[in-house]
Amino acid sequence: MQMSGAQMVIEALIAEGVDTVFGYPGGAIMNVYDEIYKQDGFEHILTRHEQASVHAAEGYAKASGKVGVAMITSGPGFTNAVTGLADAYMDSIPLVVISGQVPMSLIGTDAFQEIDAVGISRSCTKHNYLVTDASELPRILKEAFYIAASGRPGPVHIDIPKDVTAQVAEFDYSRPIELETYKPTVKGNARQIKKAVDVIVKAKRPLFYLGGGIINSNASEEVRRFVKMTGIPAVETFMARGTLRYDDKLLISMLGMHGSYAANMAMSETDLVIALGARFDDRVTGKLSEFAKNADVIHVDIDPASISKLVHANFPIVGDVKGVVTAMMELIADKVNASRYEPWLETIANFEKLHPLSYQEEKDVIKPQWVVERIGELLGDRANISTDVGQHQMWAAQFYPFTRARQFVSSGGLGTMGFGFPAAMGVKRADMDRVSINITGDGSILMNIQELMTAVENKLPVINVILNNQYLGMVRQWQTLFYDKRHSSTDLSAGQPNFTMLVESFGGVGYEVGTKAEFDAALKDAVEKNVVALINVSVARLENVMPMVPSGGSLFNMMLASKEK
Amino acid sequence: MADARRVISVIVINEASVLSRVTDLFSGRGYNIESLTVAPVPDSKYSRLTIVTSGSIRVSEQIVKQLHKLIPVLKVYEHADLVEKEMALVKFPVNESLSDISALAAAYNGSIVNVGDETIIVMVADEPKRVNNFLNLVKRYHPKEIVRSGSVALER
Repeated sequence: MQMSGAQMVIEALIAEGVDTVFGYPGGAIMNVYDEIYKQDGFEHILTRHEQASVHAAEGYAKASGKVGVAMITSGPGFTNAVTGLADAYMDSIPLVVISGQVPMSLIGTDAFQEIDAVGISRSCTKHNYLVTDASELPRILKEAFYIAASGRPGPVHIDIPKDVTAQVAEFDYSRPIELETYKPTVKGNARQIKKAVDVIVKAKRPLFYLGGGIINSNASEEVRRFVKMTGIPAVETFMARGTLRYDDKLLISMLGMHGSYAANMAMSETDLVIALGARFDDRVTGKLSEFAKNADVIHVDIDPASISKLVHANFPIVGDVKGVVTAMMELIADKVNASRYEPWLETIANFEKLHPLSYQEEKDVIKPQWVVERIGELLGDRANISTDVGQHQMWAAQFYPFTRARQFVSSGGLGTMGFGFPAAMGVKRADMDRVSINITGDGSILMNIQELMTAVENKLPVINVILNNQYLGMVRQWQTLFYDKRHSSTDLSAGQPNFTMLVESFGGVGYEVGTKAEFDAALKDAVEKNVVALINVSVARLENVMPMVPSGGSLFNMMLASKEK
Repeated sequence: MADARRVISVIVINEASVLSRVTDLFSGRGYNIESLTVAPVPDSKYSRLTIVTSGSIRVSEQIVKQLHKLIPVLKVYEHADLVEKEMALVKFPVNESLSDISALAAAYNGSIVNVGDETIIVMVADEPKRVNNFLNLVKRYHPKEIVRSGSVALER
């Protein structure tokens, strides 16, 4: 069928089953927006900043498991979106991001709103395309969705010059994808799997190291069964939170820089690391030469480049976690005897007793950790939790009672402040039946505060809970610990907006909270009213995230508690 | 093994920006490129890149894996047993001893390829190490300009 490039974009999105596009129009993408106006196959949600378009698409993708889609114009529209692309790249989130470009005849002339978009996005996307002829569009769009979602997922960027969106060509979306240079290995090597199973059976102190790849692979059910079947304890990375239920007896906790003492000690004492979809990030491993020093490593990952990148894998298995774990379960079925791990589990239980994740309540002030726990008590499984970046993010990961995969959406790899609120809108859009909570800080929330308008206008009732300590808390914590308390540019006490007036000016509801009773009342009211809300909670100003492995330190050398004065 | 010299061949789809993808990967991840040659593979839609780099085994394994991850990359080989050649062009003033230069060039699979009013150009083609030797030897003839092609390599 003959149609314009702009029409092709619409037809392809519909064919891919896209129901939501987050975006912001502008000159170079207007032909496509004209077609969006005419169609009713999907809904377009106008964010108020292009960065938020991409973060919202990320939240949508993470909560739904589908490919998120964002659309922006050329030049500044695109450059605003780059942070979102980089964020999705670091956290392996499948996205297709479509940008307008100046017409072909103007490319290279420093035209109005021209920037070398594919040049910029090359290093922060899984793949990108500059479309030079409309006849290429059906193939490129189809490839983009396939590449984004397959293998190790990631963002794909398509840059389309304005004249190409106007050009008419043949549209046939039924042609199969032919990518002879891209064939991700999905099925794990049977011999390697057998070898891995043999060492699992022999290990005395094995430990599952669960990573975000499990969630991308939709393998949390299989992993839950595998853990239960073997009786082997597990630690989760930040990105894997929710893989196991918080109350699973075999789940120790999160490991890493702000992981629990028991999780980090278990990693230091184990004789066999079973890494599933984890990538040995520096925030997880601490000092590499001391990481899991006594252990062999089984590493299952769909990305061969993640294996033996930082920690040597004795038993590398390239493949999709879901299939590999299923194959392992078949082989291992009656070979393990969970009771053989009793001494190991006891050791871990002792670590846990020695230094559990905890905090000290104080009389007259709310502790930020309490707020996270309280949201968990009041909403639990009913809520999806997004966060921004900083202390509140770590407290959310440490203290929220996660019950399922895709419940927790946060910027792990890139650490993008301003991610949480737009992502929570995307999460809400993907899962309308649950409450979408963004746990945030008084620093982060202002980095995409304009999205209050998007949320109110599109009836995406995100509840933002601000753990307000009037500091850029995580930076302040480092300044206190490592910079001799020189709190350079982190004290926000003289720079606070009136959050209630702010949110109400956009048509949402604000709550000022200074007591626990007020918090309960505010959260209940916001959930009942089902509105866009800012709950501004004054919390203990000087609370630090503990325990902590100082940057570059060994996991077994944790700072356990510190009080700032 | 410390930082050894490594020769990597990459077969890529011959399309726009594929070279940038490869070189961006090297610069973005802090890998070093000593030399890089590119030319189309005859009768195909592919091009072949020959990259000379240096690094530990771990680094070179990462380079190979990361190159593989690029969508338009078909194959990546790190050469173990290879034939490697490089070409160099050198410009000399005509008043130098042309017969000596010519004899030296011949010893390095080369010859005088151009004679002008004031300069001559000599071509040699040999293993990179031998090209180094040649360039050292001819310093005494006051070369005015030197250009090297970078390595091309084939597995034996």
